Amino acid sequence: MLEIKNLHADVEGKAILRGIDLTIQPGEVHAIMGPNGSGKSTLAHVISGRDGYDVTEGEVLYRGKNILDMDPEERAGEGVFLAFQYPVEIPGVTNTTFMKEALNSVRKYRGEDELDAMQFMKVIREKTKQLGISNDMLKRAVNVGFSGGEKKRNDILQMAILEPSLAILDETDSGLDIDALKTVADGVNLLRSPENATLVITHYQRLLDYIVPDFVHVLAKGKIVKSGDKSLAQELEKKGYAEFTDQAA
Amino acid sequence: MKQDNAMTTPFVDQYDGLKPALPGHALPWMTALRDRALDSFAEAGLPTQRRESWKYTNLRGLKQLELTEQALTPQPISIDRAPSLLPDGSAYRVVFVNGGFRSDLSDLAGLPEGVTLGSVAELAESQPQRVEALLAAHRDTNDQPLVALNTAFMRDGLLLQLEAGRKLDKTLEVIHVNSAENGVFAHNARNLISLATGSEATILEHHIGLNGAAYYINAANDVTLAEGATLRHYRIQAEGENAVHTSTMNGQLAGGSFYDGFTLSIGAGLSRNETSMKLTAAGARCHLNGGYLMRDKQHCDTTTVVDHLSPQTSCREVFKGVLDDRSRGVFQGRIVVHPQAQQTDGHQLNKVLLLTDTAEINAKPELEIYADDVKCSHGCSAGEVDHDALFYLRSRGLSEDSAKALLIQAFLAESVSEISDEALHDVFLNKISDWLAI
Repeated sequence: MLEIKNLHADVEGKAILRGIDLTIQPGEVHAIMGPNGSGKSTLAHVISGRDGYDVTEGEVLYRGKNILDMDPEERAGEGVFLAFQYPVEIPGVTNTTFMKEALNSVRKYRGEDELDAMQFMKVIREKTKQLGISNDMLKRAVNVGFSGGEKKRNDILQMAILEPSLAILDETDSGLDIDALKTVADGVNLLRSPENATLVITHYQRLLDYIVPDFVHVLAKGKIVKSGDKSLAQELEKKGYAEFTDQAA
Repeated sequence: MKQDNAMTTPFVDQYDGLKPALPGHALPWMTALRDRALDSFAEAGLPTQRRESWKYTNLRGLKQLELTEQALTPQPISIDRAPSLLPDGSAYRVVFVNGGFRSDLSDLAGLPEGVTLGSVAELAESQPQRVEALLAAHRDTNDQPLVALNTAFMRDGLLLQLEAGRKLDKTLEVIHVNSAENGVFAHNARNLISLATGSEATILEHHIGLNGAAYYINAANDVTLAEGATLRHYRIQAEGENAVHTSTMNGQLAGGSFYDGFTLSIGAGLSRNETSMKLTAAGARCHLNGGYLMRDKQHCDTTTVVDHLSPQTSCREVFKGVLDDRSRGVFQGRIVVHPQAQQTDGHQLNKVLLLTDTAEINAKPELEIYADDVKCSHGCSAGEVDHDALFYLRSRGLSEDSAKALLIQAFLAESVSEISDEALHDVFLNKISDWLAI
């Protein structure tokens, strides 16, 4: 489903990703862990198409298509979704307007009919019910005045509505207390299916207690230095990242 | 003030020839008023950039208009329907075409008692004392040469006068349609609005110009609000792409009165919207809000002067600008708190989005405070569309263009939400969407 081959990327001339290889199959959950500055968020951004990154080598194939030349909106249409570390506040745009535009853009890309206001409200009510999210959030401006937990829940709601086949969670646990973390994890788990894959990017092991990965990869200095199953996450929690940073250096 | 003859003379030279045909010529007071105004204009000259308040706006372009006697006598154009923004019957309607009142396109049926509404030119004939009294409320000064120019040459405009306690029960839509299809022209529109104690009105004013040849509109608006009167005055300036539009408003606000103004500027090659408000007694409130959306090489100048002359008066200004291509915006906001004006509450905000590297904003907030117990703030910012927000929206599937349009719309909605008559929000939001869709 996702094949990353020898991916190198620079930010302002500085090499951040230095040869990443990663293959994700449908239905799998992969976790990428690593110390600060190892390139975790850069990887998430490069996959989702944020500008400001120069890919100098390698490719990212998504369902066989090289997505590196695509605009972020095209990648969203292809089914790539990024849950943000810091979801952006957009004053003046209500959540409903935003999500309706988003869903219809994606549907249009996928060759499906756009939904009218009534049809959209039906979808959104279904999803908020499924995720146990209050409808109050819909009338408010996107993320404005939302608590950290609400912002992340809002991202998960967008994910539920857009039905991506690859969800990338970029440090979704940062700034969340344990209850908010559980709610977010429950949402992610609810949306998992044998056809969909999830890439969890995190510094800490605790999120992985709730979203249990099939594979864990350690990223250090722009490379994957070790891969294993979920026990690797527990090992990291005990020992820290020191051995890998030394190894990569 | 040294004058620029090349731009001033065409007007001055035509005056004697045009005088006999100007409305109210038979009225000695009117002729005297015009003569004095012409002298004042001739002395001051058409404003140039040497004048501090005109530093960023240049009327040089007017030189290219051949302002002959004929051009200063605007010719009617044939039009059988005014492009109204409000459903028929939901509003009173006053229509001016190339400056002249068109009763056949207007709708004044069912006006309540105590309301005088119509054309200044017609009322100067039928009720000269009324027009004289309204014009006397304002004195031409050397500070406003464009108002003096207007007084000398004014032909027609809106007159709205409400007696004490009267309320205009429907919105008044004032439509000015302009086109130079029958040749270049210049028109001086004079609008006189006076609301007596406790009266209330809502005006939606729409200036529409057909694209093509250039023309010049110089409007002057005199607004007087007595104790406790309320005027909601919302304007859309959508002149033709080559037009020059200057508008000067002078307002006097008595105790407890409220002026709620919003101006959306999207048209004209060059425009200047100048507002001067005097808050003369406690409880006078003034809201001057607006948006300016410019593209290509358009130029839009918003200049406001608010004089707090009494204790306990307040003003609030929220302006939002969106500048694309090589367009240019000017915002000059002056708030003067006079020594006696304790407990003034003044707030001013001007925020601009620059969509290109070549767009330009000249912003000059000026607070002059001579009292010590006041609350006054101002904010000014200019920036690009938020990159993080743009990526957030695009990562959810929105195209770059729709993401940008959504963010610009949201940016402008903040100023539109200042309009106190919520029923009219959509009129402005729709205009903004239309502009974004181009």
